Amino acid sequence: MTSPTSHSIIRTEGLSKTYPGADAPAVNSLDLTVEQGEIFGLLGPNGAGKTTTAGMLTTRVIPTSGRAIVAGVDVVTHPAKAKQSIGVVSQTNTLDRQLNVWENLYFHGRLFGMGAAESRATADQLLEQFQLAKWAKASVYALSGGMAQRLMVARSIFHRPAVLFMDEPTAGLDPQSRLALWDILRTLNAAGQTILLTTHYMEEADQLCHRVAIMDHGRILALDTPAGLKRSVGADSIVLIKAEGDHDALAAALSAALPDVTKIRTVDQGLEMHVRAADRILARAIAAAEAAGFDVADISLTEPTLETVFINLTGKELRD
Amino acid sequence: MSTTDTITLHPSRSTFAASRTALGALLLRDVVVLRKNLGEFVVRTLIQPFLLCFVFLFVFPKIGQSVGGGTHAAASSVNFATILVAGVVGISIMFQGVQSVALQMSQEFGFTREIEDRVQAPCPIWLVALSKVLGGCLQGLISAAIVLPIASVVHAKGVEADLSLRWLLILTLVPLSCLAMSSLGLVLGTSFEPRNIGLMFGFVVLPITFLGGTYYQWTRLAPVKVGGFHWLQTLVLINPLIYVNEGMRAAFTSAPHMHLYIVYPVLLGFCAVFLSIGLRNFRRRVLS
Repeated sequence: MTSPTSHSIIRTEGLSKTYPGADAPAVNSLDLTVEQGEIFGLLGPNGAGKTTTAGMLTTRVIPTSGRAIVAGVDVVTHPAKAKQSIGVVSQTNTLDRQLNVWENLYFHGRLFGMGAAESRATADQLLEQFQLAKWAKASVYALSGGMAQRLMVARSIFHRPAVLFMDEPTAGLDPQSRLALWDILRTLNAAGQTILLTTHYMEEADQLCHRVAIMDHGRILALDTPAGLKRSVGADSIVLIKAEGDHDALAAALSAALPDVTKIRTVDQGLEMHVRAADRILARAIAAAEAAGFDVADISLTEPTLETVFINLTGKELRD
Repeated sequence: MSTTDTITLHPSRSTFAASRTALGALLLRDVVVLRKNLGEFVVRTLIQPFLLCFVFLFVFPKIGQSVGGGTHAAASSVNFATILVAGVVGISIMFQGVQSVALQMSQEFGFTREIEDRVQAPCPIWLVALSKVLGGCLQGLISAAIVLPIASVVHAKGVEADLSLRWLLILTLVPLSCLAMSSLGLVLGTSFEPRNIGLMFGFVVLPITFLGGTYYQWTRLAPVKVGGFHWLQTLVLINPLIYVNEGMRAAFTSAPHMHLYIVYPVLLGFCAVFLSIGLRNFRRRVLS
């Protein structure tokens, strides 16, 4: 049990999972604390161990070692008890195809021990809240991907879980449905819902999460607020230069001419520079490139993103 | 709704209490789905018994075709309708186990992924599997009840089944058979991927059906032998349907049947074996 003063809703200690037959652990000695009321993101590429981590916290994956406490209950030793406080939205559509939209909610309430009247009332109210009321009697086959996702979210919070786990919640959704889902999650969170989500979309982690853990190869590489993570890059601007010719020579010329460049690397058809205190950086970069005999085809200035953070930490891009 | 004061920050109920209501809800859901699909369920349940009775008890007598060795049948005091009626109840119970548990579960694992949500119910996961078996049992019981009258209706003149109901046996053997066959359904449903369902029918369901004593009495298989060895009568003893059908014969007719002190313990044994394999398979499929 957590101490009464603690507001952590998830706590793991040395949580590890090695799947049978695998050489390397999928999750490697994870120490993680998620506070009540947070939207916490696990960000990383496919195979980073995010889904395995969420699986262990939701009792579906049995850890090889370590401990995980969710809502004050050890999920390894008391999985059935822990499930009372857990809501899960999985990547795939797991709606009950034999029940209609309303019944999917109603029976979830009954499953979690609510009476018939309370389940009925909550189902009605959630359908209103999630703008699915006019689909109440429809087959779940009739729902679009975005609507099915909304129904799954409604179902997952029906029993007022201490934590809502969402595995890649917007994977496969169109941009409009994704924005709508983000709004829903923000609203739920504003009402006190703690949410842990896994994602490989950096915008999702950036826009939605209070804190983000960047994972790769089963380990947490960095954990902070999105702003804090971006500050850790040590640059306030990212300059992308596209030019013909030998990029290594261009990189050497630019870093010699521009003392405020903290990092420079080759990308598709050009170079990416991390720059600190970038006063008039575009003009100076073009001048330096041209002085070295390069024709600049294109140049752009952006702010660091979580993608930049990930590349900084791992040397590879987040997207495959 | 989800304001901080209504969110349950710690589990509020004992696991036992939560599991009990969860099991109730899982079964309630099955009953509601069954009620929705009642027409389909009845047709699905009745079509096979109807066809069996129609061909064997109506068409065959009409065209004067005896079923297999007419001499033995004539020598026996039990007519074929009586043999078949018990077998029809037994085979219906078995198909209910395959259809309502195995096919359903194989789909939920492989195609709809519904099981992923169901196992998040606030109870041990074996209870989720057990609820499927109990739901299958219920459907088996209903099918047994609606199938029996068929044989007394669908037949040619003079080919009536000779029923003699023994209620104590009916009330114990029918539920026991339903449990054994639903547990078999759990084993099959957790062993076969949806794409291999054809294999399941070919290699498991058909042999069980044809070598399960539906169309003949186990007690009369003795003449099939090599040397002095009654190989068929021995071999089919691994078939759980034999015990179901012989049990139905004992419960519904006065035809000779396998001793009940074999039928009861073996059916109980099959329940135990199938449940333990099925629950273990289920756990393996659900957890990693």
